[in-house]
Amino acid sequence: MSHQQTASAQAAPENLEVVLKVENLTKQVNSPEGLLTIVRDVSFEIAAGEPVAIVGASGAGKSTLLALLAGLDTPTSGKVWLAGTDLTSLDEDGRARLRAARVGFVFQAFHLVPALTALENVMLPLELAGRPDARRAARDALTRVGLRDRTGHYPRQLSGGEQQRVALARAFVTQPAVLFADEPTGNLDTVTGARIGELLFELNSTSRTTLVLVTHDNALAARCGRVLRMEAGGLVTGGLVR
Amino acid sequence: MSRALALALRTLGREWRSGELGVLMLALTIAVAALTGVGFLVGRIGAAVDLQAAEVLAADIRLGSPQPIDDAYFEEAARRGIRSARTTNLLSVVFNGEESQLTNLRAVGEGYPLRGDVMIADEPFVPGRVAGGIPGRGEVWPDSKLLVSINAQVGSEISIGAATFRVTRVLISRPDQGGSFAELAPSLIMNREDVPATELIQPGSRVSHAALFAGDREKIDEFKAWLQENKKRGERILDIAQASPQIKNAVDRAGRFLSLASLVSVLLCSIAVAMSARRYVHRHLDSVALMKTLGATRSFTLGVSVLQLLLIAVIAAIIGSVIGYLAQEWLLRAIRSLLLRELPPADLRPLAVGFITSVALLAGFALPPLIQLSRVPTIRVLRRDIGPPPPFVMLAFGPAVLAVVFLVYWVVRDVYLFVVFTAGLAIFLALLAGAGALLVSVAGRLRGSVGVAWRYGVANLSRRRSESLVQIVAFGAGIMVLLLLGLVRNDLERDWRISLPDNLPNYFFINIPANERDTFMSELASRGAQPSRVLPMIRGRLVEINGARSDRLRFRTQDGEEFAGREQNLTWAAELGPDNRVVSGKWWTAEDAGKPLISVATEYQESMGLKLGDTLTFDIAGETITATIASFRKVKWDSFQPNFFIVFAPGVIDNTTGTYMTSVHFPGGEARSLATLARRFPSVSIFDIEDLLDRVRSVFDKAVLAVQSVFFFTLFAGLTVMMAAVQASRDERRYESAMLRTLGASRTTVLQGVLAEFVTLGTLSGVLAAMGASIGGYFIATRVLEMKYSFDPLVWIVGAGGGALLVAFSGWLATRSVINYPPVATLRAGS
Repeated sequence: MSHQQTASAQAAPENLEVVLKVENLTKQVNSPEGLLTIVRDVSFEIAAGEPVAIVGASGAGKSTLLALLAGLDTPTSGKVWLAGTDLTSLDEDGRARLRAARVGFVFQAFHLVPALTALENVMLPLELAGRPDARRAARDALTRVGLRDRTGHYPRQLSGGEQQRVALARAFVTQPAVLFADEPTGNLDTVTGARIGELLFELNSTSRTTLVLVTHDNALAARCGRVLRMEAGGLVTGGLVR
Repeated sequence: MSRALALALRTLGREWRSGELGVLMLALTIAVAALTGVGFLVGRIGAAVDLQAAEVLAADIRLGSPQPIDDAYFEEAARRGIRSARTTNLLSVVFNGEESQLTNLRAVGEGYPLRGDVMIADEPFVPGRVAGGIPGRGEVWPDSKLLVSINAQVGSEISIGAATFRVTRVLISRPDQGGSFAELAPSLIMNREDVPATELIQPGSRVSHAALFAGDREKIDEFKAWLQENKKRGERILDIAQASPQIKNAVDRAGRFLSLASLVSVLLCSIAVAMSARRYVHRHLDSVALMKTLGATRSFTLGVSVLQLLLIAVIAAIIGSVIGYLAQEWLLRAIRSLLLRELPPADLRPLAVGFITSVALLAGFALPPLIQLSRVPTIRVLRRDIGPPPPFVMLAFGPAVLAVVFLVYWVVRDVYLFVVFTAGLAIFLALLAGAGALLVSVAGRLRGSVGVAWRYGVANLSRRRSESLVQIVAFGAGIMVLLLLGLVRNDLERDWRISLPDNLPNYFFINIPANERDTFMSELASRGAQPSRVLPMIRGRLVEINGARSDRLRFRTQDGEEFAGREQNLTWAAELGPDNRVVSGKWWTAEDAGKPLISVATEYQESMGLKLGDTLTFDIAGETITATIASFRKVKWDSFQPNFFIVFAPGVIDNTTGTYMTSVHFPGGEARSLATLARRFPSVSIFDIEDLLDRVRSVFDKAVLAVQSVFFFTLFAGLTVMMAAVQASRDERRYESAMLRTLGASRTTVLQGVLAEFVTLGTLSGVLAAMGASIGGYFIATRVLEMKYSFDPLVWIVGAGGGALLVAFSGWLATRSVINYPPVATLRAGS
């Protein structure tokens, strides 16, 4: 694959607004074995509304890349622009504010707050953003994921699939510009995983959110417009799958 | 900020509903309840003991003067809301026809006595009833001895000076009849308004005046300070310390014990809060990381957490204070019949203590980890192994140490006790941590050689290294303070019991003429009394110290001035009494007989500033005798045996004319024989200290009761607090238990493992605690309570056995629900 090809494959589709832009991103950490490069010189662009999957073997650096994209972690070198803002120029609180305004998350381990009910979990990001209609919006979001009757349940009272649906409702309720999903079906059985995947894409298409999806699930990756494949920290392909 | 507050309130409510706050709230509430409960008890029982002690003075403070006391003092007292009364004392002869007797006249004003009761009867030497007032104009209440010696009875007319009075009652006792022999003469109570009519107060007559004051403790303390500043020369303030050293001693020790109990509750409180704050913070790591992922800034998450903690502290303080108040009220109701009187109402200080404790402990123990918590990297949502960055040691422990030290000082308010306690505790905690670390590493090696349950349990100890260390320190400190309190309580009670045996002398006989001595003693013996030693009593006046005239010397203290100025009772003895201990110099031997040597009591030595080898010259019946100080003695005055400040070696003043004194224990119901004794030996003064003894006993009994009830209350609070602390480790166990059971372990195996872990923890903590308590008990007994320490080996058994049992039981209670929880639910909910 030539450099030209790679560059064009990793660029966002033309005529669309770029919502996420990555330039020469590198992350290194100190380990007992010496300096370890987890993400190596990665560059790409993602357009608004575009679903993109990041795939690769375990330890390829997918989750670290996702953390860098969302500003959960800081790169050793390189830059990330999220919704036009250079993440690397912001401090931790600045990145948090940007996330509050523009970003949603879905995690493999669901990460619901155990002390809060399903409804309260969905309300949380709205409350953090100071939205006055948090309760109504959260109820609507839970209705959309089919959990209208389970709003008062605590995470421990919900099945894995239900917990992930709450997490989806929480992710979409703020109508984020970008939704980062880290192995959203990784903890679920095949059938439930497929349903969650279905729901994720359905919500994504109706809310016109940009989806960045880290996954092992080929079927799920196949539903994305573009797949970025990682190996040993580097991006080996970003070709269109369709 | 308002957004943070709103979110804090909302999430707090939610966490409360979900049960998440339970452990922290429970620990804090119990801690505050224990502290305020003990605080209320200490305050109220302490005040009751003080009141009882004050009866010896018939007031809280007594201002004595040879001159009439200025109205300004009474006006100032009234302005401060303090009650007052006046008394006038004079010595005069009372006549009933031809019979006469030198009598101590006590003319009392309206309101007397301000503390305690005057007891009266209608015939001499019988139990009295409460008078409930003072004699009316023209009436007098002579005491039994006076009535017998002048052959009078109720209804007789007796004359005092220029006036005549009717005897309307017999004075059985008055609260302020005192424990000294300054007033040897029989006494009589009359109305102060009648004094002018007697025309006894003339220039040169022996009159003394006193003002009595009583009121709330705080007001009295302030007023006493004011009096100290404003009193005139010659006026003397007397409080309980001077009036009755025995009672003062008991009250002081009880007070110190109660402070110690408060301290113990503060420490237990700290342990519980420290443990549950750790758990709280641990459980919130994920939530905080998540909130930050969802866009919350660091200051916002910190703000929310701080506000939540503050709310928790306030709520726990309110609920805890209410429980603490109700618990002590309930306890006092239960023992009301033993206290024999209404207790003064509780003051509100313990509420403030509870509130400040709650906030200070939470701030000290939870704030540093919370600040830590706000630094949790957001990446934790993706990588659970990543925790917050390591804290600065100062930040992690500094506020906690400060909070505890502040509280300890605030409760104790006694620099010495504070320094001893905190230093001791610091050393002990370091020791605990060291021993804990050793155990954890030993446990790691041992685990191969024991059964599966033990292996699992003991392995847990070394695997959860830091957690185990924290638990050993927490349990060890908790058990130690409880053991310490128990030890000190035992010592205190034993000491009190020994100092007040039932056969303590209750009558003193003074002025026994030398030629009647043997007859008198055999009379006593024939009446079944048990006489103690008989000592000669010789009057003498100190005239010179080291050759310098004593009336020209200046002394360190008011007592010194008085000792130098007044006639002294002197004695001589060959043997040192068992209630005397030579602290410096040497007691004389048989060869020293006839050498001019004296032994001086430490009180006399201190107030006069004397040293060994100093010479004192006495004027004894016109003859001067100079003697060298050979030794100083510590006298146990509460033995109620005849004792003297100054004792001569035998063969020096033996031939000087003097009288004898003795003290005896008379069984009850001997009133009649005392009356005949008084008639047969008219020159012998009978001094009845039964009443004083009763008073001392009553104070001691109350103090013992106070100490016991506070001890058990603290013990109970301690156990509850420890259980709350064990609860803190419940989460970690839930997941493990589910895992083990999934892997095929039976519930019994899991439970045995948990028990093995807790028994090991408890035994080790208990043994270390017993060691700490033994050493601490020694220091507190000898240095703080000033009494003999007796080593109690039982503490080791109670420490180790009780520790193992207590910790295992709490562990079982805390883990029981965890084990019964279906593993699938645990595993599904995630670790």
